[in-house]
Amino acid sequence: MLNSIIQGILLGGYYALIASGLSFMFSVMRIINLAHGSLAVVAAYALWVLAEKFGIHPFLGLLIVLPAMGLIGWALQRFVLERSIRSGALLPILTTFGLAIVIDNLLFEQFGADTRSLAPYIGSLSYDAFELPGGFYVGQLAVLTFAVAVVMLGGLQAMLSFTPLGRAIRAIAEDPDTAGLVGINASRVNALATGLAMITVGVAGAFLAMRATFDAYAGAPQLLFAFEAAVIGGAGSVWGTLIGGIVLGLAQALGAQIAPQGFLIGGHAVFLAVLFARLFIPGLGFSARVRSLFRRST
Amino acid sequence: MTLLVEALDVRHGQLQAVRDVTFSVAKGETVALVGANGAGKTTLLRAIAGAHPSKGGRVLLDDQDITHVPAHRRVGMGVALVPEGRRLFAQMTVEENLLLGRFAGRAGDWTVERVMAAFPNLEKRLHAKAGTLSGGEQQATAIGRALMSNPDVLLLDEVSLGLSPLVVDRVYASLEGLMEGGTTIVLVEQDLTRAMAVADRVLCMLEGRIVLAGPTSELTRDQVTEAYFGLHRQQGAA
Amino acid sequence: MTTLKQGTRVERWTPASRLAIGVVMIVAAGLALAPAFLGAGAVDRLTTLFIYVMLAAMWNALAGFGGLVSVGQQVFFGLGAYFAIRLADAGINPYLSLPISALIVGAISLPLSVLMLRLRGGEFAIGMWVISALTHMLVNLDTLVQGETGTSLISLNAYAMEDRRAFIYWLALASMLALLGMLFVLLRSRVGAAIQAIRDSEEAAASLGVRVVGTKRLLFVLAAVGVGMAGALWLATAVTFQPKTYFSVQWTAYMIFMVLVGGIGTFEGAILGAVIFFLIETWFGGTGVWYLVGLGVVAVLFSLLLPKGIWGEIERRWGLRLLPVGYRVVLPPDAGPAPSSSTNTKPDREA
Repeated sequence: MLNSIIQGILLGGYYALIASGLSFMFSVMRIINLAHGSLAVVAAYALWVLAEKFGIHPFLGLLIVLPAMGLIGWALQRFVLERSIRSGALLPILTTFGLAIVIDNLLFEQFGADTRSLAPYIGSLSYDAFELPGGFYVGQLAVLTFAVAVVMLGGLQAMLSFTPLGRAIRAIAEDPDTAGLVGINASRVNALATGLAMITVGVAGAFLAMRATFDAYAGAPQLLFAFEAAVIGGAGSVWGTLIGGIVLGLAQALGAQIAPQGFLIGGHAVFLAVLFARLFIPGLGFSARVRSLFRRST
Repeated sequence: MTLLVEALDVRHGQLQAVRDVTFSVAKGETVALVGANGAGKTTLLRAIAGAHPSKGGRVLLDDQDITHVPAHRRVGMGVALVPEGRRLFAQMTVEENLLLGRFAGRAGDWTVERVMAAFPNLEKRLHAKAGTLSGGEQQATAIGRALMSNPDVLLLDEVSLGLSPLVVDRVYASLEGLMEGGTTIVLVEQDLTRAMAVADRVLCMLEGRIVLAGPTSELTRDQVTEAYFGLHRQQGAA
Repeated sequence: MTTLKQGTRVERWTPASRLAIGVVMIVAAGLALAPAFLGAGAVDRLTTLFIYVMLAAMWNALAGFGGLVSVGQQVFFGLGAYFAIRLADAGINPYLSLPISALIVGAISLPLSVLMLRLRGGEFAIGMWVISALTHMLVNLDTLVQGETGTSLISLNAYAMEDRRAFIYWLALASMLALLGMLFVLLRSRVGAAIQAIRDSEEAAASLGVRVVGTKRLLFVLAAVGVGMAGALWLATAVTFQPKTYFSVQWTAYMIFMVLVGGIGTFEGAILGAVIFFLIETWFGGTGVWYLVGLGVVAVLFSLLLPKGIWGEIERRWGLRLLPVGYRVVLPPDAGPAPSSSTNTKPDREA
């Protein structure tokens, strides 16, 4: 049981990782990117190709893939999302959904139905474990994922709190009109923010591929997990995303104890429970929390 | 920096808010824009700042046509607007709000310290969230934020809105230094007395048009009041 | 102050719309008689077309009129088929179990709406997707369904192929017309005005006493029933039930495509989109993955370049409105062009 809890918490690190980009983009630009999961899978495939065809270790491959993801994010915002949102707040949902379909099926066209994984390329990292007192074993990869999640979220929060770009992002998130009046080029900042979000997606994709197998259509489940973690955590706060991820991971791990399908059902059930709880406790919501976006810890 | 507005037409949805407005502001001048609610003053100011698209006419800054330049770039060119209602970033601290003003990257004398000196009441609130400030403090922050971009033309939209007379006094006292210092200022002010006290020239708007314009020294309060309410028109009407 | 000129009147019907309704009646009658003249393949294809029209109309009702973009409507599609299976298994006549299943789906959607309508925008969109995924899993747990292996509407086999085909055709035609008819009546009623008001400004509408949530709930349930019926009908044509097929997000992809291309928020647009999708599927459906990529690309392009869809553009340029769901102010001959309103406008208007 305790083992499940530990596993669940560590799994939460991965979920926080993949949720961070989604929640970031929503907080800053009010856009829910339905292609989020699919883009993570793109990163995973890219790393796989680099490892399989060119023998580049995934961690090194990240040096190539992450900037590429950043560029993709920048272009996505500048040429697609910015245009889309002008037609209405709901259009980006349709646009990104269409994009997800295109990406998923192009990946399938290119890579076929076989599942892939980065596990063969990271040596023993995929199965090595630390031994904890009490006889528990925790996967080194899982711990690394969690650590990376914490570092990345911390970095994100630091960027938002202390850098001029971070201030600009917060300003735009709060009041895009006035941000323009103060001299902030919203278009440029949003593109940068999306680029950053995509970099986190790239990292998430890497860890997805390392800890599990993936295929061309793996994007959708990842999107759902990211969304659930973001909502549970009351996204809008960077650390809320971590908490949301952990809760989701725990729910899944504990659900799996009950039944094999309990893994996914547990996660969905907790998500719905949080949604339901919001009926009685206002201010817990995704959108409600955006007002208290990136609060500087006192 | 001279500001020239030529035959400006601005719409607010279906409504023509600004009709064929032409005026100029010389360097260092302080111009007061007065008029009843709905006369088009805020829309005009926003159009000059670039926050509102214009349907026709031109805005020239030192002979450069900035009519189609987006708002954030106009800040970089030296036009800063202190919007109606302050519009501070409530979740960010005073200091952060001020620092945002630097985003336009204009060189100049204004720093956080200098803003503190101009508005001493902000000093102890520097790290407070802007949303927790009093009206006067918010107004000071908003003005300070605009100043941080080292503007050549400062547009002030109803800085006295919602503030008690004493606080307004203080705000205007701080602005005095600016006005004497050579910054070009266009301010919208509901309080006619105060407007005429600080401005070099007065422009009165009614239903989107300028119905009266002239140096403060040559205009009487009654003349402006008449124009304000459109009384001068009725005298001529059948 | 302008005053209303003498001779001004407010109309609902235009010559074009009278003609359109006439045409619709004739077409409907023709379709009803079709099985007598058309071959088996054609009848099947038309049944499929009817199902597509239902899906498009329902998704449009939810998104275009209710402003609720749902990426999880497939949950109702799957449940429509699932309950039909269950009812048939319980001994109910397979034909009867189809509409009953749709009603059950509608009943379930009611409590679901209490939860889901609390969400906005993207939250609602993905939230419905989560519901769909969860429901899919729960349905898999049913031993009757046997997980992904699935089962079939076996009791349907008791009927002869030709009769089955014709009957399902008529059922589909009837369902489609009924749903479209319901929508039409809804749009012309007070609810239609409420929908328009909500679309323009929820707050303003609420302050006028428009029951915003109630109206949305109505659309939500209607859409659920419609999509559920579509799912049940699909089951009747396909006979087999594999959860993965029915709960696939692909269905939402199709719905989005149809509505985006046809014209979101327009009654005629949904139908047009369904027809276009049907044609594209007939010609290109066999090309596998590229077909889907093509659909996605077209959807993205439309959302960026032609967000109002084809009918939306037609409406915008030529003011052509075939179905009398709005009001027109007719001014006396010497006046200028008259303003007119319609429920056919894009879903999200910036203030």
